Amino acid sequence: MTATLSSVTFKGLRCKECGHPYEATARHVCEDVCFGPLEVVYDYDAIRARTSRASIEAGPVSIWRYRDFLPIEGDPIDVGTGFTPLLRANRLARRLGLKHLYIKNDGVNMPTLSFKDRVVSVALTRARELGFSTVSCASTGNLANSTAAIAAHAGMECCVFIPSDLEAGKVLGTLIYNPTLMAVKGNYDQVNRLCCEVANTYGWGFVNINLRPYYSEGSKTLGFEVIEQLGWKLPDHIVAPLASGSLFTKIRKGFDEFIKVGLVDEKPVRFSGAQAEGCSPIAQAFAAGRDFITPVKPHTIAKSIAIGNPADGPYALDLAYKSGGTIAAVTDEEIVAGIQLLAETEGIFTETAGGTTIAVLKKLVEQGKIDPEETTVAYITGNGLKTTEAVTSVVGEALSIEPQLASFNAAWERAQSLQRATWESVGV
Amino acid sequence: MTIQVLIPTPLQKFTGDQASVALDASSVDELIVALDGAFPGLKERLCDEQGKLRRFLNVYVNSEDIRFLENQTTALKAGDEVSIVPAVAGG
Repeated sequence: MTATLSSVTFKGLRCKECGHPYEATARHVCEDVCFGPLEVVYDYDAIRARTSRASIEAGPVSIWRYRDFLPIEGDPIDVGTGFTPLLRANRLARRLGLKHLYIKNDGVNMPTLSFKDRVVSVALTRARELGFSTVSCASTGNLANSTAAIAAHAGMECCVFIPSDLEAGKVLGTLIYNPTLMAVKGNYDQVNRLCCEVANTYGWGFVNINLRPYYSEGSKTLGFEVIEQLGWKLPDHIVAPLASGSLFTKIRKGFDEFIKVGLVDEKPVRFSGAQAEGCSPIAQAFAAGRDFITPVKPHTIAKSIAIGNPADGPYALDLAYKSGGTIAAVTDEEIVAGIQLLAETEGIFTETAGGTTIAVLKKLVEQGKIDPEETTVAYITGNGLKTTEAVTSVVGEALSIEPQLASFNAAWERAQSLQRATWESVGV
Repeated sequence: MTIQVLIPTPLQKFTGDQASVALDASSVDELIVALDGAFPGLKERLCDEQGKLRRFLNVYVNSEDIRFLENQTTALKAGDEVSIVPAVAGG
């Protein structure tokens, strides 16, 4: 059953550019005026009256503890999404030369091991409320996994679109939920364009197109959780991967909303973004000091963030400039090294997007752009088991031995001397 | 030179709910003028006061983003397909 009207805390949609109001239906652009993106409008007085630190802490261990800040009317589709670990990363911090580093690990998000479960949980809840029976998306992989899984749980029809060159784990991790999967011979931007054309004629709920205003709100929970997990404090600096730029700006929106309703004290937070050199339209604009994005054609192993024409790029750029952050890009080799570094120092196996974030974190520390005293949070948005192709050539091999002690002894000795050689070359 | 234009849902109220229209034009700029002639008011939606396509709008000629071509001066020939697509989030 749906909740009573008084539990609805959002009022409608509004153009982020010109402020023109719209009803809270399935629409995403300011069609009456300027084509800007639409965003949800909330009644913050109502939210302030309903929420406290205690009420949130007493809520479910999922994103739905922040339900009052999310654009749904009735009961959510709760598959345990969110409230992922915020890990104090002391070993990685020491290696990099930082003192207060945290990893927000959405590589263990539920149900499909990426931050996309947050946005899809919100989008499909809203899709159901708006009467859609079929849901869809254009995806670089993680979004497809999540949409297919949560649609299966909710009993909705699902047809998702991906570029045809994705990693095997991303493809299998969608097919297992038995949606219709369209592998499009083209890059993500082409898939997205096709989906917009499909959306024009099919009455489906596309999570990242006509449901985008609701979908993107789910990312705010990555801001809320970090505040709560830091003991109701804001960090000083965050580093997150940039694909469309939506996640980055919604973390800021999450911070802003907690400030607005009095759940956390305001202070400056620097926002730094990570891109792969092979697809770095936002980093290129930042380096050139531009306020507009020139699209690029992606060519990188970091496929989950390979968006050459980022819809929220201008907003991400603006946030980095205004907050005193940086947007930087790293090579594919640095991305692989970033994946290894996080795994070896913190026991977290992330995908290429996370490798990009760690590599950029390292680069920014080396360039003096992160103060060692700053409380820094690096957002890890996906799981390494989905992109094993990226690291198979660098992880080495198991030592094959006979089931005899002598065989083990010989192999152990060899392993020890190999490790010594590695220690000598790396240092602690 | 007849060009096929794919119209996004938010603009279909201008085109009488047609998802695709055929118009004559030899460049993207000319096409915008032709669209406005056939469906008055459409140019104002597509372009800002300076006549520049709005920044949250993508235009493709035969699937290629015009920013990889000659932007609004990109030439069109008979049989080309032009797609107008509002920016969307993703990942």
